[in-house]
Amino acid sequence: MISEESKARFAREVAKYPADQKQSAVMACLALAQKELGYVSAESEREIAEYLGMAPMAVHEVTTFYNMYNQRPVGKYKLNVCTNLPCQLRDGSRALHYLEQKLGISMGETTADGLFTLQQSECLGACADSPVLLVNDQAMCSFMSNDKLDQLLDGLRKAGSDSTPTVELK
Amino acid sequence: MTSAEKIISQFQAQGVETCFHNRHIDPQICADLNGSNWRIRDYEARGGYQALRKILGLDGAEGLSQEQVIATVKDSGLRGRGGAGFPTGLKWSFMPRQFPGQKYLVCNSDEGEPGTCKDRDILQFNPHIVIEGMAVAAYAMGISVGYNYIHGEIFATYARFEEALEEARAAGVLGDNILGSKFSFQLHAAHGYGAYICGEETALLESLEGKKGQPRFKPPFPASFGLYGKPTTINNTETFAAVPWIIRNGGAAYLACGKPNNGGTKIYSVSGDVEQPGNYEIPMGTPFSKLLELAGGVRRGRQLKAVIPGGSSSPVLPASVIMECTMDYDSIAKAGSMLGSGAVIVMDDSRCMVKALQRLSYFYMHESCGQCTPCREGTGWLSRMVDRIETGHGRESDLDLLDNVAENIQGRTICALGDAAAMPVRAMIKHFRPEFEYHVAHKTCMVPAYV
Repeated sequence: MISEESKARFAREVAKYPADQKQSAVMACLALAQKELGYVSAESEREIAEYLGMAPMAVHEVTTFYNMYNQRPVGKYKLNVCTNLPCQLRDGSRALHYLEQKLGISMGETTADGLFTLQQSECLGACADSPVLLVNDQAMCSFMSNDKLDQLLDGLRKAGSDSTPTVELK
Repeated sequence: MTSAEKIISQFQAQGVETCFHNRHIDPQICADLNGSNWRIRDYEARGGYQALRKILGLDGAEGLSQEQVIATVKDSGLRGRGGAGFPTGLKWSFMPRQFPGQKYLVCNSDEGEPGTCKDRDILQFNPHIVIEGMAVAAYAMGISVGYNYIHGEIFATYARFEEALEEARAAGVLGDNILGSKFSFQLHAAHGYGAYICGEETALLESLEGKKGQPRFKPPFPASFGLYGKPTTINNTETFAAVPWIIRNGGAAYLACGKPNNGGTKIYSVSGDVEQPGNYEIPMGTPFSKLLELAGGVRRGRQLKAVIPGGSSSPVLPASVIMECTMDYDSIAKAGSMLGSGAVIVMDDSRCMVKALQRLSYFYMHESCGQCTPCREGTGWLSRMVDRIETGHGRESDLDLLDNVAENIQGRTICALGDAAAMPVRAMIKHFRPEFEYHVAHKTCMVPAYV
């Protein structure tokens, strides 16, 4: 269930658009739902569809078209490492492989403790900061040398074990 | 802030390396920025919102008519900074100014063209310059509502822009009866969530309407059928950011900053094999060699091999060609490429061109929206063929077949993504054919292993 708090933020998004164009807020609503629940479930899609007065399938079309929506549960921290050409030239792929090795998983996988999901990503639009990665869709980390990757993982492990994962892995 | 957020925030870019390096040349947009002076009072201290006051006649003078604003922008020689380089003033003149119904203004900040990271710095460190530019544009075209569609991956920048919007509303430079005038303009921020194609203007409009971002047939063009079917003008972030300076200083002065037909300054995002990657704002027509020098030269003292001058979609140019170019639309076009978004991807002599193309071709396959068959199928063909050449499974006939597939995509799709996938392939083979042939014959790179 999407919380009332998130729904209040839906209202803010809907208010940006003409009264008969509530559907325009669907991208933002999906992002808010994902932020709260970790991924976009069919139930969330139905709730958003109802809220915006659109067909659940029209919401699903959006969820499945855009790369950043998680269609299934992911780890507590989703790490997206850019490996597009400008980043490839500045250690983007190296950073991804380093994380694979450190986490003991391949890109696209989630660690057994449910803490980390690692993904290769396309251009994040921060090419001069390479290597760059995005944590949970919204926080960009720049100039990620191996040392900094170590610090990030250690820090997140510590922070992550203090509380239960936001998403229950199936 | 949670402890996780605290940890992550340590790695947030501050713009020191990429923007506040004092190696711009006569900057207008990046002038005097330091990362902490993005707020409205700082912007106003730099002369911000004076252009808006000027057109509204609030600076003691008479004000500018819609026609005068458009004429000034036409005189400036400002061309679209998003990639196409279309004259901005001309685009604005296409809007039906007397149309009585709702019209929209849209800012394209869906900056996802590999190599491009300038709009992010503009929105992060100087958001009000975009707001003011949009307000001026809205005035000129008689538009009352606008949206800034921001790349979903730069969410912190989206949040920054929303905060700047709040400041602008509170200061009365946005909203109803701006600064007490009859002019009203509402501006909102929207975000993408990971689809390169939404940088294409009609795909962006679809996305803004809450749909998947598949480009529309043109015509009709957005000026007659845009957002919600209403007349709409879409410009890039940097284009809007150029407007306040033009209004304050006049079109002729802006044109004089650059070279004929290529007015003003431009922000180049330099990435790849340079010592100091970053954004560099320099006058149009500055030699490429100067830009390379500003970025610290080729990394580790290596030799320059090739440059992709305008984002990943623009054809690659060998060192000997680019070193003779100046950085402006006409010079780069004459050399056989495109200035595009001004994203300069530099490659040194240790780079394998097949491997470089392999990554780009994968990208276009990944990002094809699937609407047009030549692009949907063709980008997969290109990617798989370049992949097999790179991994030592290429066939002699592959080079001609690559060119043939690319030729069959180019010009046969609704939007430019098909062309964007085809052009790098054809240019790479044109300029570096022996490297591809060597790969096919020897199953390995001509250059030593990638480091």
